[in-house]
Amino acid sequence: MTRAMAQVPIHPGLFTLPGDPRGPHLLAGRCVACGKHHFPAGDTCPYCSAADCRVEAIGTRGTLYLHTVVNARPPGYRGPLPYGFGVVDLKEGLRVVSRLTESDLATLRPGLPLALEVAPLYVDDAGDEVLSFAYRPDPGAGG
Amino acid sequence: MSGRSVHVAGVGMHPFGRFDERDVTQLGQAAVRAALDEAGVGRGGFQAAFCGTVYTGVAAGHKVLGGLGLSGVPIVNVEAGCASGGAALGLGAAAVASGQHDTVLVFGMEKMPRGIIRSSFFPPWCEEAGYSPAPAYFALRARRLMQESGVTREHLARVSVKNHAHGVHNPYAMYRKPFTMEMVLGAQMVCDPLTLFMLCSPNEGAAAVVLSARPGPVGPPVLVRAAVLRSHVPGSALGEHTPMSGLIGDEPPSPTETAARAAYELAGVGPDDLDVVELQDTDSGREILSIEELGLCERGGGGRFVADGVGEMTGKLPVNPSGGLLSKGEPLGASALGQIVELVWQLRGTADRRQVDGARVALGHTVGRGANASVVVLTR
Repeated sequence: MTRAMAQVPIHPGLFTLPGDPRGPHLLAGRCVACGKHHFPAGDTCPYCSAADCRVEAIGTRGTLYLHTVVNARPPGYRGPLPYGFGVVDLKEGLRVVSRLTESDLATLRPGLPLALEVAPLYVDDAGDEVLSFAYRPDPGAGG
Repeated sequence: MSGRSVHVAGVGMHPFGRFDERDVTQLGQAAVRAALDEAGVGRGGFQAAFCGTVYTGVAAGHKVLGGLGLSGVPIVNVEAGCASGGAALGLGAAAVASGQHDTVLVFGMEKMPRGIIRSSFFPPWCEEAGYSPAPAYFALRARRLMQESGVTREHLARVSVKNHAHGVHNPYAMYRKPFTMEMVLGAQMVCDPLTLFMLCSPNEGAAAVVLSARPGPVGPPVLVRAAVLRSHVPGSALGEHTPMSGLIGDEPPSPTETAARAAYELAGVGPDDLDVVELQDTDSGREILSIEELGLCERGGGGRFVADGVGEMTGKLPVNPSGGLLSKGEPLGASALGQIVELVWQLRGTADRRQVDGARVALGHTVGRGANASVVVLTR
């Protein structure tokens, strides 16, 4: 018996899944009281401790703030090497730490326009594709 | 400190390095024995013990003191990441200052796994998705210094060259060879801009101090003037609490900044009064960031501080005369107390070829996972 390869998120509640009509988004928390975003989304606002937070789909596009490249396999990591790693500024005022699809230092620069991508990172022991999020250069954005 | 004076009555250290033939309890016992011997304190001579360690597991301090026949007093095991020893010191100093105890033992030890530090701090998915490697976060902080503080790759290399030059003279350090700029810049790139020789190695070691309301037998007396621990306030995407997100343009002061502010106020000194500093140099960029956060230069002035050689042995404010973590390696629970032992030797004038002449006011600083930052001020 074989079964078709399924796609599973690396962790629930981090991002929208393929087929979602909204397209790829991060699922951030937004505090009803103070208005600040946080990611990953939690029930309680890390900034004002209010318990009333809503999930908002954000972060389709951003700009690169800081970057590096990981060359050696970190313990437990199951994706390809090398990989880009950086801090991405979103227009919602949130700054997220993210894997980058691009690992060429000649391409990565502060201010680079980026677009969010939800894509398979590795195949797990059950034979399913594990989805994670990353930002990729977005030439369509100009800049 | 408010309350009674807190003297460092004795110090002891097990070298930092790799010691396959000894377990972590034996490392701790060596440092504890040395500190108690120097202080002239034996069983019954101290009323409490505080042990800093991260990776050692259950009842770590109890195994050290139990094995020496010194248990019976309260033994408190403290985990505060890279600042564990500083946290333990703060508890011990407060117990003496408040009059709760006359003499306490503070020690820390560690036997780190080899390679990139694996931390139970992260949920498994963070490791699987590539969000756990500490050097990548260090690299992002270094990159920020390059973009915002005029720091260059040469400045990063020069920190490593400086600390290794200091470490040559430290018998307790793991690496005791001089490094050249070419060696550091040409070493394997771990996470751009940080090369292998700009990063410290996790390793093994132990350190211990005896705190007392009275001076110890070895002089001149050294006083603990402040021992402050702080955690993070959320908001920085680059904080040592390793969040997945932060805020743009609304960054709170870091735990190092809040701890330093409180420590300067308690001790009644400022950055200009310091003669010698041991600070967190997990990587070369971290040393420069620590220099800025501790107020040793203005914000954004870290690159110039390095370029002007301020932190060299011949400079105005020698930084990491022990060789820092870059030379000694980092046994988490022992690293903060290793700084304290070095600074006590500096203030006593017994630091041999690492001696900063006439040092009277010293600062020790660690920061790491939690987030936790500790800042300690000692005076002679």
